[in-house]
Amino acid sequence: MFDDFFIRALVAGIGVAFVTGPLGCFVIWRRLSYFGDTLAHSALLGVTLAFTMEFNIALSVFIISSLIALTLIQLQKRTNLPGDALLGLLAHSSLAVGLVVIGFLTFIRFDIMGLLFGDILAVTVDDLLIIWVGGAVILLILKLIWKPLFASTVNYELAEAEGLNPDRAKAIFTILMAAIIAISIKMVGLLLITGMLIIPAAMARNISSSPQRMVIYSIIGGLLSVILGLFTSLEFNTSSGPSIITAALFLFILSLFNIKQSIKLKN
Amino acid sequence: MNANQNILVKLKDAGFKINDKWLVQGVSLQVEKGKIVTLIGPNGSGKSTTAKIALGIYKKIEGEVEKYTNKIGYVPQKISIDWTLPLRVNDFMVLTESLKNEMIDEALSLTGVIHLKDKNLGDLSGGEFQRVLLARAISKKPELLVLDEPVQGVDFTGEIALYELIKKISDELNCGILLISHDLHTVMSATDHVVCLNGHVCCSGTPMDVAKNNEYKALFGEQASQILSRYEHRHDHIHTDEGKIKKN
Repeated sequence: MFDDFFIRALVAGIGVAFVTGPLGCFVIWRRLSYFGDTLAHSALLGVTLAFTMEFNIALSVFIISSLIALTLIQLQKRTNLPGDALLGLLAHSSLAVGLVVIGFLTFIRFDIMGLLFGDILAVTVDDLLIIWVGGAVILLILKLIWKPLFASTVNYELAEAEGLNPDRAKAIFTILMAAIIAISIKMVGLLLITGMLIIPAAMARNISSSPQRMVIYSIIGGLLSVILGLFTSLEFNTSSGPSIITAALFLFILSLFNIKQSIKLKN
Repeated sequence: MNANQNILVKLKDAGFKINDKWLVQGVSLQVEKGKIVTLIGPNGSGKSTTAKIALGIYKKIEGEVEKYTNKIGYVPQKISIDWTLPLRVNDFMVLTESLKNEMIDEALSLTGVIHLKDKNLGDLSGGEFQRVLLARAISKKPELLVLDEPVQGVDFTGEIALYELIKKISDELNCGILLISHDLHTVMSATDHVVCLNGHVCCSGTPMDVAKNNEYKALFGEQASQILSRYEHRHDHIHTDEGKIKKN
């Protein structure tokens, strides 16, 4: 069944969407979209490292992204620079260093476009395993830290005062962000992962009244985007990442025309 | 365990500074079960800071904090909730602890906002939101309540009712309350212990002790001290064992 590259891509994309749905909600709630971008940019460094050392790509990306996240936390403590400046610094310097390293790797044929925008042809059965097992672990951990993470998202001091240990939840969430980027990089590409995180969640925000519903709609939106996007990709021979993100954008635009509101307007 | 089983939280010579500026220094106080301790003091005197030290929100502090409970309800003075979250009152009530529906309803009824249960948190008025905050803090039946200006923005009659509710909760749940209030009338009528802050503890004791204190008078002016003396006059009698009132 997994012999067909398209089936593999579909199964991989569906796995990714299940995880980006809930994580994306937190990215929106905690205003972390630029943080997600930074981790994704640093993923290039992880990929080049994997090629140089003949190492698993997902694992390598996960390690580098986690290191960048930890570096960010340290820099926030030690400098007075604003958070967005630090994020920009890390995002672009890690991207630059990654590209410089690629320059040295002349002996390896590199599909830069596939790396940046995703390539459904590249998804192997091993990747499927990483996505589904890794994704399940991410979701399980997210469920475990849901209460402290969500409470501190609403208000840090309430969570801290009432004994929920929000700092630990935040640190774990940062690792989860690195992990989702690691497992979805082949599908969506490193320039568009943040889009996969925030666009379905943004769509869900437009049509939901409670956090739980937003998570569910966000997952559904992600699944639809993957399916629509991959079929488009197959049909028109476009890169998988941009196709999926464009489908997500399409759903987002639809969500702007809130059904309830349009009924109200008619009456 | 602490020697006194009733102590919920105890500050020993506690202080907190940001960038070498002390927000508050040398605070010692303790909150016991069933007792209301009130912090008073002018703006910037370190009341909220002291509450946050007691709650463990500030960690790099001077001195010591001993906490003997984890069942805490907190009403912060300022709360900024990000409206990117779709959050109804009902979702907010179970933020830090999962509660049965009846417990949520009971708490919301007590503070008079049960009708707002399914409303979006962002659509509430300041006073309504304050009532929801208080309901959330009491809903899980905490052992320690930390209330930082809990009735700000609440209408006048509501204010009195909520203070009565706070007093009732303290009696019924036998929970300790650390209260921050600007309302000296309330402070003096319902409090067991008053701590007057001005960057440090300038005086503390029973409401009457504090009222007589010269530093307190200097800080709040003659008028405030008259409020207290009026309170004192209302109680120029003692209650005998038979329940009769005997003039001093």
